Amino acid sequence: MNNYFVKYGVMFVSLVLVQVLILNQVQFSGFFNPYIYVLFILLLPSNTPKYAVLILGFILGFVIDIFTNTLGVHSAATVFVAFIRPAILRLISNREDDRGDYPGLNHSNPGWFITYVLMMVFIHHFILFYLEVYTFSNFFTTFYRIILSSLFSSLVIVLSQFLVFKE
Amino acid sequence: MKALFRFLAKYHSFFLFLLLEILSLVMVYNFNSYQKARYLNSSNRITASIYNTFSAVENYFRLASVNERLARENAYLKSLISDLPYIKITPYSVTSKAEITDSVYRFISARVINNSVDKPYNYITLNKGRKHGVKADQGIVCSEGIVGVITHVSESYSLGFSVLNKKWGASAKLKSNGTFGPLSWDGESAEFANLNGIPFHVPVAPGDTVVTSSYSSVFPEGVMIGTVDSVEQPPGDNYYHIKVKLAVNFRALSYVDIVDNLKKNEIVTLERNKTDE
Repeated sequence: MNNYFVKYGVMFVSLVLVQVLILNQVQFSGFFNPYIYVLFILLLPSNTPKYAVLILGFILGFVIDIFTNTLGVHSAATVFVAFIRPAILRLISNREDDRGDYPGLNHSNPGWFITYVLMMVFIHHFILFYLEVYTFSNFFTTFYRIILSSLFSSLVIVLSQFLVFKE
Repeated sequence: MKALFRFLAKYHSFFLFLLLEILSLVMVYNFNSYQKARYLNSSNRITASIYNTFSAVENYFRLASVNERLARENAYLKSLISDLPYIKITPYSVTSKAEITDSVYRFISARVINNSVDKPYNYITLNKGRKHGVKADQGIVCSEGIVGVITHVSESYSLGFSVLNKKWGASAKLKSNGTFGPLSWDGESAEFANLNGIPFHVPVAPGDTVVTSSYSSVFPEGVMIGTVDSVEQPPGDNYYHIKVKLAVNFRALSYVDIVDNLKKNEIVTLERNKTDE
């Protein structure tokens, strides 16, 4: 239990720092805005109580919001993916597909993990980007940004699984 | 009553979700009227000091280009100094008394510790705050032109809108004939802004210089904004659609100056008294 606190605590802090100090500073022509901090929600153990996932999601989004001066935007998007996570997990898991407690890459097959990341990241980015522009005018420009950014974030997240969060 | 509690307990995660989501959306709504979010922004002590440490490291990589820009600005200022009889240089700040605008400006030099360009509402965080004399509604300029305006101030940091923020627009004018209009940003590109309110009878051509007007106490008059990039005459409209190429490269900001208008209180008081009568 204690071990979990340390592990997820370190993951929380490092994801927030990587997000605000590196990824938010890299400005890719306005179309790519990778947001990878949502990985924290993705990797919480499957049996984490729902209320804990929601509260952690809210805190995570809120911290990012304070750094980026977009109060509420990231919180709303992250709380939503935290809420929808159990449904997504159920949706994409076959019964025989025995995932265990930890929805990470090395505890599940790569295809499953990539589907999981793509779906969650897309839903997160969808809410995030529309709340951020605060309008549905230029619907397709924003949609194009969402697609590109989701693909890019997912790529970074999947790669990070190979490199960093090994254990 | 018992049934109600059982119902709440059964669907507790859904109600918690609703609660947190509504809380977030209320914050989105409130932050859009920006005065309310006074403490939860990147000028508060913790976030600003994290940004400050990181930008101190990052700044080493920019030293060469910053040096070059400073040298260029120095040379330019030296060439100007003979034209300004009313300039007074003290060890801490430069105070210039420009006869034309009849205001006294003090410039506070600051380092940009956080900045974004590709959001719909871009902010800029600076490492100077209340104890250095920074107040809300002071302008931010750099050697190339205007950068933004201060909105929030903490003890040693401040936060402002950059020109690339849909919530704010500077008062601009065409340098050639003095016609003025509001500058606005459409959220599209970090290189361009729009100049509105210029009527059709005024001659405008691509390449014309756009500078700040004297109708606001935020900036001194005549600070560079950019050059006219394209001019459109939309049918059924009374005003040109003018696209302005911004002089400042917002992707490479490192040092800026905060404009402190020492006569601002006097001007504001005068204008307020007038409306009371």
